[in-house]
Amino acid sequence: MDWFNIMVTTVEAAVGVETVFYMLAAIGINLHFGYTGLLNFGQAAFLGVAAYGLAVTVVTIGLPFWVGIGIGLASVILLALLLGIPTLRLRADYLAIVTIAAAEIVRLIFRSVTFKDYFGGSDGRYGFSEGFFAMNPFSKGEYGIGPFTFNERVTWVLLIGWILVGLSCLVIYMLMKSPWGRVLKAIREDEEAVRALGKNVFSYKMQSLILGGLIGSFGGYIYALGYASVQPDAFSTELTFYAYTIVILGGAARVFGPVVGSMIFWVLLVFIGNLLNELIEAQYITWMSVNQIGAFRFMLVGLGLVLLLVFRPQGIFGDKREIALDAR
Amino acid sequence: MRRAVIAFTAFLGGLIFLLASPASAGPADCQGVKGTLKLQGQPVNGAKIVVTTEDGKPVKEVASNAQGTWDVQVDKPGKYKVTLDVSSLPQTAEVRGGNNVRTPTVYKDNCSTVLFALVPKAGGEQTPGAPAPTDTSDSSFWTRAAQLTFEGFNLGLIIALAAMGLSLIFGTTKLTNFAHGELVTFGALIAYLFNVGFGLGVIPSAIIAVLVGGAFGYLQDRFFWGQLRRRGTGVIAMMIISIGVAMFLRFLFLFLHGGDSEPYTEFNAQAGITVGPITAAPKNFIMMAIELAVLVIVGIALLKTRTGKAARAVADNPALAASSGINVDRVIRVIWTAGGAIAALAGILLGLSQTVKFTMGQDILLLIFAGVTLGGLGTAFGALVGSLIVGLFIQLSTLWISPELKSVGALAVLIIVLLFRPQGILGRRERIG
Amino acid sequence: MHAETKPTDHKAAALAAFKDLQREPGVTKPDPILVVDNVVRRFGGLTAVDVKHVEIQRGSITALIGPNGAGKTTFFNQLTGFDTADAGEWTFNGSRMNGVAAHKVARSGMVRTFQLTKALSKLTVIENMRLGAQNQKGESFFRALLPSSWRAQEDEITARADELLARFKLDAKREDFAGSLSGGQRKLLEMARALMVRPELVMLDEPMAGVNPALTQSLLGHVKDLREQGMTVLFVEHDMDMVRDISDWVIVMAQGTVIAEGPPDTIMSDARVIDAYLGAHHDAPLSEEELEEQLQEAEAALEAEVEEEAGK
Repeated sequence: MDWFNIMVTTVEAAVGVETVFYMLAAIGINLHFGYTGLLNFGQAAFLGVAAYGLAVTVVTIGLPFWVGIGIGLASVILLALLLGIPTLRLRADYLAIVTIAAAEIVRLIFRSVTFKDYFGGSDGRYGFSEGFFAMNPFSKGEYGIGPFTFNERVTWVLLIGWILVGLSCLVIYMLMKSPWGRVLKAIREDEEAVRALGKNVFSYKMQSLILGGLIGSFGGYIYALGYASVQPDAFSTELTFYAYTIVILGGAARVFGPVVGSMIFWVLLVFIGNLLNELIEAQYITWMSVNQIGAFRFMLVGLGLVLLLVFRPQGIFGDKREIALDAR
Repeated sequence: MRRAVIAFTAFLGGLIFLLASPASAGPADCQGVKGTLKLQGQPVNGAKIVVTTEDGKPVKEVASNAQGTWDVQVDKPGKYKVTLDVSSLPQTAEVRGGNNVRTPTVYKDNCSTVLFALVPKAGGEQTPGAPAPTDTSDSSFWTRAAQLTFEGFNLGLIIALAAMGLSLIFGTTKLTNFAHGELVTFGALIAYLFNVGFGLGVIPSAIIAVLVGGAFGYLQDRFFWGQLRRRGTGVIAMMIISIGVAMFLRFLFLFLHGGDSEPYTEFNAQAGITVGPITAAPKNFIMMAIELAVLVIVGIALLKTRTGKAARAVADNPALAASSGINVDRVIRVIWTAGGAIAALAGILLGLSQTVKFTMGQDILLLIFAGVTLGGLGTAFGALVGSLIVGLFIQLSTLWISPELKSVGALAVLIIVLLFRPQGILGRRERIG
Repeated sequence: MHAETKPTDHKAAALAAFKDLQREPGVTKPDPILVVDNVVRRFGGLTAVDVKHVEIQRGSITALIGPNGAGKTTFFNQLTGFDTADAGEWTFNGSRMNGVAAHKVARSGMVRTFQLTKALSKLTVIENMRLGAQNQKGESFFRALLPSSWRAQEDEITARADELLARFKLDAKREDFAGSLSGGQRKLLEMARALMVRPELVMLDEPMAGVNPALTQSLLGHVKDLREQGMTVLFVEHDMDMVRDISDWVIVMAQGTVIAEGPPDTIMSDARVIDAYLGAHHDAPLSEEELEEQLQEAEAALEAEVEEEAGK
């Protein structure tokens, strides 16, 4: 068995592209769900709209990279307004159903043959990241410590990704220490009480939806640049649910909850995947094949989510007295 | 609680042994194009496939084997042109839409699957899930509209079967159950297990699957959801738990069944019969009759039987119902059992009209939600009306929009309806204070 | 604030204002702060509220009573923007309030509490209090990111909150989560938090429901204090002792309409009120004793209902 390889890939997973883009998606979810109590089940759409906004602007329309980033962010704000205006006045579960439906609509349109000229159908879009890598300060080579290395492109994406994670966490930290954050936490618990105290609840929920969507959209960019391509099925509902699992694992309504949650989530997932792979190759496990590892890992995610909510709803760092989930 | 989770896990573990079928290991290294040719679930043997490079240089010619599969390995990644020789197809078959050329891209160490959807040439059956082969030349708009209305009803009734259970469970327990789609898949897979695995006929397999589906619903409530309710778990926590359950079950199905779409052994290729402007396989008419019969029985049960009345009372006002001597827990358990059974039936019918796949429940779940929400959360009859509207809308919208976008239309309508009538079509406006 | 004014002055002023008034529903008051016209709210076929005309006198304590299902809470919800009326107009301090969103109603100085207390149990007591302050700079998104722009204001707010907490004897609980308070303490907190808004009209929905008798007197004192500080109080209550004890004027609702108005000591002998509570007509006038007995029965029935409600 190749323990060395298992160790390297596992450690790399703790800081890798996938971890970072899920981290950003989860920080957004944490603002929505953890702090405001909004059930946004369409976070995948926010990532997808941003990533496609970039890809389509650069590839289909032929405008520069930065314009693509701008159009992506503008599209995310527009999506938040479209989803928020009809639902933020309704009961919480309506937002859940509308956002999950909207995410599916967005994905189906991205992958449709009808709009293939714009979005590239199920193959998606690629060839939009040159503007980003033209700014790469790292020259060709491998960067890292000891055996843990990334090539210059991945290093550049990860550097930007981690800067975005740091900035997002800082903003969330500052906001949650402020009166603005106090209003949000109050809304999470009882919006009528907050309304009776003269606060415009709808406006705060909308601000939260937009900000969380924007933070999530950074994740969309990291995905698009990290893989130098976008595909519609990368932005399926599963992405949103993994982000929820990450938030709950790390601890909802904790600034660093999603950061630690995402690292643990991917370290575990990669480690289990690699370990099973080695065990099967070495014939220690005969009751499943290499092809079933993916399914098995996701079974574990589902089971983990159930067990977490039943036995430790506050996650690793959460405060049981304070979290939104009254799971008991 | 710990005991309950262990019991639930053990039950699912038992299922693993029950369902376990030898997993097929795909080719480890594959670089090229491949595909499977099937006509209404039956493999098509001996159809000729020609693969060339993008600029027309020949690469290879192959024919599909007895399983309908074909496979061409290529040396270099890139774009290829794949042509299906229409003259080599059986007399009864044609390519949907008439386009027999595909241009897939082959990536390094990856096999691209090339799809040619085959449909019966004329007078063939049409399935609710698959877009109807549109033969615009000799059928008028209204004939197509009639045909699509029929198909829409069929789909709507299947959605309604699943939606009734979801709606009643929501009404009585306030659980928005994201794992309800997996009850649908479960039914279809159990029927598949008995039908294909143990060689029973589709009908006895279906009966067994409905019973097992009911038992699955009962056990889920008895050992899982009921326990969570007893602990006072919040509704939002329960909703997210149901997402975990859905993920677990779905990937368990993938683990055990594999990722392929499979048909049942019977009722696949039936000659279509024509009733007025509608042409469909006999099974579609029978399925519709079953759907209607079950819905009528459930409706009567809700209106006339003690348990049914109690169920509606609990959905209306649990506290009041409990104080009037109704055993709320028992009512909820009956609803879970019946809900599991009719969801299983919906899965089997869906599997008969399309194929059986591990994501079939997930795919239909949003349409179920759309039906339930349109009708008004928590009202059983609202769910029925909402589901029919969703089914009809999906099929009829293909008169104007591309069939691949038909779900988009239905979900968009859901959002628009919520804008103007958040309580749904039959729901009541919530009273404050 | 009018802390230096003698308590009796306000009570006397309020009583003087009511002295010569007709005891008729919809009677005009000398200096109304709230004027309501033709408010209607229907639920399906049921008319929950249908109030022709009502005025609330500034600087007084007005009680809104009536049997269960009379539409008192629904009426409260209409006035404060928590539910939309099917028809009707009302003005607060001369400005129109119908169709105005709940948060704007609160900002204009009309602040309510709830029948089932809405203390935010996952915030600390002091955070609950701070939340009530208006025009906070730090509540705007961009300024929130610049602590220097809101720190000073936050300190002022905290100082005011601490004063109020001391007055309501909640200062010892300052850092506790509101969830750890008793039912009565939550009522106190909710009232104190409402005062952080600096209201002119305080609307209390059953301030005594579910309160431990030991706290009742202190709560009553606080309500009287509000008047002494120049605020107007409108409250819904089932507890007749409380109504008699603290209110200057009583408005009675039944089946959605205002059926009687008058001072607390005589309103209970009004035939329309007795009818409404007993649900039956009496041909002969009642003797004092009979009346007292029937009232006690009605009260007992009401209390039972309140308890049932609280137990839900």
